[in-house]
Amino acid sequence: MILVLELVLLAVGLGLPLVLDHFWIVLATRIVLVCLPALSFDLLWGYSGIMSFGQALFYGTAAYSAALLARDLGFTSIFVVVPACTVIGLVLALIMAWFLLLGRYPPSTIFVALGTLTGAYAADRLARGWYYLGGQNGIPSIPPLTAGSFTIAEGPVYYYLALVVLVVVYALCRALVRSQFGLVLAGIRQQEERISFLGYRVQHFKAIVFTLAGGICGLSGALAAFHDGFVWPNMLGVLLSTQIVLYVLFGGVGTLVGAVIGVAGIEYVSFLLADNFQTFWPILLGLLLLFVVLFRPSGLVGLVVTERERFGRFGRAPVRPEAGGSHGAA
Amino acid sequence: MALLEVADVSKRFGELRALAGVDLRVEAGQIHGLIGPNGSGKSTLMKCIAGALMPDTGVIRFADRDLTRIAPSERARAGLSIKFQITSVLPALSVYDNVLLALQSRDSLVSLLRSTTRRARHESVIAALERFPLRGRVDHLAGTLSHGEQQWLEIAMALATDPTLLLLDEPTAGMSLEERRLTGELLAPIKARCAVLIVEHDLDFIRDVSDVLTVLDQGSVLDTGSVEAIQASPKVQEVYLTRV
Repeated sequence: MILVLELVLLAVGLGLPLVLDHFWIVLATRIVLVCLPALSFDLLWGYSGIMSFGQALFYGTAAYSAALLARDLGFTSIFVVVPACTVIGLVLALIMAWFLLLGRYPPSTIFVALGTLTGAYAADRLARGWYYLGGQNGIPSIPPLTAGSFTIAEGPVYYYLALVVLVVVYALCRALVRSQFGLVLAGIRQQEERISFLGYRVQHFKAIVFTLAGGICGLSGALAAFHDGFVWPNMLGVLLSTQIVLYVLFGGVGTLVGAVIGVAGIEYVSFLLADNFQTFWPILLGLLLLFVVLFRPSGLVGLVVTERERFGRFGRAPVRPEAGGSHGAA
Repeated sequence: MALLEVADVSKRFGELRALAGVDLRVEAGQIHGLIGPNGSGKSTLMKCIAGALMPDTGVIRFADRDLTRIAPSERARAGLSIKFQITSVLPALSVYDNVLLALQSRDSLVSLLRSTTRRARHESVIAALERFPLRGRVDHLAGTLSHGEQQWLEIAMALATDPTLLLLDEPTAGMSLEERRLTGELLAPIKARCAVLIVEHDLDFIRDVSDVLTVLDQGSVLDTGSVEAIQASPKVQEVYLTRV
């Protein structure tokens, strides 16, 4: 069923620009780009048991870095800025992981959640107060992204660029969580202590996933900065970090596809509610999210995907059912 | 030099003295039984050896290496493996994946990421499950197994890491008589592969499988010796007759 959902979403994603006008394509591009930090959070919480309230920190830091590279150094090439910002996200996440996850004793979930939350909050305050970063207004008028002499402007081209990046990152995440490495993550998610008694250095695995997730946010932040043409403190604060958590809880934790459905679902519902209930739409949205989180903890995807499929199979050699055994293929 | 040497290990939980200067030696190729009344400190000692608890005082040496303060994962890598009193299989994973997880615990990060060892591990997974009566349950979720089967699965996982010393905390708890008998038969050949330190309440069971017995009482070693010597020990008889 997950594969069906993935294929349907891919088909919808590929076909959207054919039926949407420019306004909606720009909105769809933003949604596609926000799917990346949501995927990163699903890797963390859904697959590794790391509660991060700081994904926006990596996303926003990379976005600001992209803006500064373009504004101060004149770098707008996709081949320079995007890899550089991905590395910035990776390195920043590695530093955070060093402090939060690689201490002498295994940290609690709350410790990591508060640590990442504090990081995002501090970055938000720093950006708001630092004149060089534009303060409350952020950095406007970022020149467009380029690939050689070609300008990648917002619209269908940028949309397909974002979609290709999302599909590639999604495929890599999918391969990761279904590999033998993913099996270790599944074990950590269920019984972290038991896994360490098998000889796994659990915190190292967590630090690796945390760092990769930071890199995904960095990649997304760079593309978002050039797409929107400006960056501002809300891109690296607590608000967006919390939104990312909600996207994944709403769509379905531990499925990857749930993160994408969550982003698309919430953004679309928000748009509809804002259009029809100008004053009360945030309250209605909040109630809807609360309802889903309380009564459907596995999210929207949980309506059609079984628990067994969510956990999946890992690194299994293909085997045909035999008499006395009933193991299936990978 | 013994494989495992526990010297003067003590552990307190607030006012409760769980272990009071315990000394214990486990030799290679030996099944060493640890018995004692409820609350005598058996499971606490096992947890201190495995690294789930840190002793307040004392030294734990394993294969001539001081393990007293190191993390459980490093103890496992040194050759210690444990089956806990409360079964802790991974309930949402298949029986197959539980064993695969244990078997691949020494694989490099790169091979885990690329899943390069999965085919090579397949035969080992099946062999590990055939050693216990779990061959027909490979594709079942571990959480759906009976209590006895979960105990076997956890022993299979503990053995899959190819340990030098296997710690078994009440391996037959909650099992039927037939399952206990079968578990005894399954454990006997294990000592050819590794030493075993086993905590058990079933005295008949532990008498049948152990080479050496140590009796704990109120956090201290009451007596240690061969099964026959312990059975004849007046101190042990007194404890079991008066408190069990």
